[in-house]
Amino acid sequence: MKHKTFFWFFLPTGLAMLLFIALPIVSVVIQSVYAPHEAVIIEVENCGPFGCTTETTIDQEATAAVRAAEPLGRFVGLDIYFDRGHLAVAEIKEAWSSTDSLGDFWDVLFNLPFYRALAFTLTYTFVCTPLLIGLGLTIALAVNSLHRHLKGLAIFFSLLPMIVTPLIGSLILFWMIDSRGILGNFISYLADDPDLSLKASTPLMWVSLIVYGIWSSAPFAFVVFYAGLQTLPKDQIEAAQIDGASRWEQVRYVVIPHLMPLVTFVALIQIMDNFKVLEPIIGFQASAHATSLSWIIVNDLGGETRQLSAAATTSVLTILGVAILLSPVLVRTWRDFKAGGH
Amino acid sequence: MYFKTIALAGAVALMGSTAVSACEIGARVSIVGNEFPAIQTVGAGAQECAGGEVSTNLTADHQKINLPGMQGNPAEYTSAIIANSSIVALMNDDVIRPLDDLVAKHGDGLAKNQLITINGQVMAVAFMANAQHLVYRADILEQAGVGVPTTYEEMLAAAEAIRSQGILENPVGGAYAAGWNLAQEFNNMFLGMGGSHFKAGSAEPNVNSEAGIKALEMMKSLSAYMNPDFLTHDSNATNAEFRAGNVAIMNMWGSRAATLTSAEGVPQEVIDGFAIAGPMTVGGGSTPASTLWWDGWTVAKNISDAEAEATFLAMKHAIRPEILADDEVAKQAVWLIDGYQPTDAAVGVFEAAKAQTIPYPMLPYMGLLHTALGNELADFMQGKESAEQALKDVEAAYIAAAKEKGFL
Repeated sequence: MKHKTFFWFFLPTGLAMLLFIALPIVSVVIQSVYAPHEAVIIEVENCGPFGCTTETTIDQEATAAVRAAEPLGRFVGLDIYFDRGHLAVAEIKEAWSSTDSLGDFWDVLFNLPFYRALAFTLTYTFVCTPLLIGLGLTIALAVNSLHRHLKGLAIFFSLLPMIVTPLIGSLILFWMIDSRGILGNFISYLADDPDLSLKASTPLMWVSLIVYGIWSSAPFAFVVFYAGLQTLPKDQIEAAQIDGASRWEQVRYVVIPHLMPLVTFVALIQIMDNFKVLEPIIGFQASAHATSLSWIIVNDLGGETRQLSAAATTSVLTILGVAILLSPVLVRTWRDFKAGGH
Repeated sequence: MYFKTIALAGAVALMGSTAVSACEIGARVSIVGNEFPAIQTVGAGAQECAGGEVSTNLTADHQKINLPGMQGNPAEYTSAIIANSSIVALMNDDVIRPLDDLVAKHGDGLAKNQLITINGQVMAVAFMANAQHLVYRADILEQAGVGVPTTYEEMLAAAEAIRSQGILENPVGGAYAAGWNLAQEFNNMFLGMGGSHFKAGSAEPNVNSEAGIKALEMMKSLSAYMNPDFLTHDSNATNAEFRAGNVAIMNMWGSRAATLTSAEGVPQEVIDGFAIAGPMTVGGGSTPASTLWWDGWTVAKNISDAEAEATFLAMKHAIRPEILADDEVAKQAVWLIDGYQPTDAAVGVFEAAKAQTIPYPMLPYMGLLHTALGNELADFMQGKESAEQALKDVEAAYIAAAKEKGFL
């Protein structure tokens, strides 16, 4: 395509991306280096249905002038990035010098909200992504080998987990694994332990969240791989069959190499998605056992006093995290592109 | 003739009363608030007004949208229905206006104790009171041979009696869901133990204290008698457990107690055994382990005076004494409205007020401490760390947040 044609072709998309993606990110970055002004606090008498008490409140008149002069707030640089709610630099330094063993250090580290969330987020991402790719591929191969009359129905049912809204899907599962729910009861029957509860145990809660993650995202991988299978050249498979390749060998040496670019694509999208895991944690009310970076953002914004700067900082850190995770895949794609170009 | 006169007099009286309660406003009114039954009634009452458009947005997520919806100029919402905890966020950002002039002009019929004054200015008009208090199954306590607990220590003893006699496996209920609910249960217990959240006159946290540790230990002891999923049980889930007959004693909100057993499918023995008492004390203290709340309405700052006046009139109309004539409405809350006669369901909140329960602190930085408590206490409740460590974490998390918001 000519450069000029490409420019005009890309312009609307480029403008939309600038407006709706780049500018909001710039605003989030700005938000993260500014914090609200120091509050001028005064003691006042408050009265209500339960009598009068002396309490503190913000002196609006004194604060209004400061706010008008610097509407963005006070510039704090990277202070919020380094505070306890985020990278917790001071806390980590102290823990490093005051703990004797690495185990103790890990305990302190994972007691800090950001690292605790990061631990779950990374576990979730790296367990879910390969498993859902495997499951998606298996379903795609299974559906592809069905009789054509059954395919439509099988595709519809395989897609159901993706059709169900994530919050609703996780809520349904949440009720099923309740200690009085059908799955919860069944598991406690299997383990022969009437007090066993999925929701009361951190490891079991992690497993539930990961199982949910695989269940809800596998259809996406399935759809992509199924589409890829339709482009599989018949003669290659036939050649492999004549050479005496077993069904597994056909999959391993013909189908998978053919689908490899799609595997990269699905991995890319899913790493990005899974790193931003939020709905199952909310739906499962799992915050006592597992938190994620996105959950921290929602929690900062959902309190009675909103912490915009803290939420903005976690957002920037999430973007950086996604960028770091994706960089190997992106570098590889770029290399392939260069190699293909010549 | 005589009959005619009476009929006429009646008709005139009726017309008179409609004339009094009719509501005429001259500008737009837009209300944002929570969605429980009493607030639904207030929202519907405001919409009876004619002459200007009255819209309501009543949702459990009201706290997430009321501040952004009032920061613009003109503000989207002309009134936010809030409680003593949530008015603080609106005060902090200066988005609600003092109501003194409107009270002087149109405030007849509002009782003095309905006016929430901050620094001498009326900032909100309260219409109902709320508190958490004991809700129990009288039949089960009787079967177990224990009295109605007045302290948390007695509650533990009653729970042990019920469990050891094999009546119920997990007789204690509690809204201990990690997050806001768990933090609120800590607040209750902490105040009951004689604690105070902040060092006097400052924003320095004060929860890592003996009272804090004792409060956490009591919560841990109680949780041993709860459904093992207690960290995921909010008020709704706790009520469901009570309705299903799985719970015999729990600390519950007054605003939810009235309608607790009126849901569909509640077994007859739960309906018959259901009873309400005042809040309990703890650790030998005399202050109940609970907090007092009011719900009220505010008027936005960034709107025209005409809209503010219309909002005031519509909201005042919504909480006029006549609404109490409807028995259903009278039962929905402990109304702070003239002529309110307490119903049976109100006894818990009244006991709480009588026993000098401490109101939930109306401080600019309380919301941050509440959030920190909700995030950091779950580890202790699961036995992953000590009470001291959990409270240390709470203070550290709070200090980081308070520094960011400019309070420390």
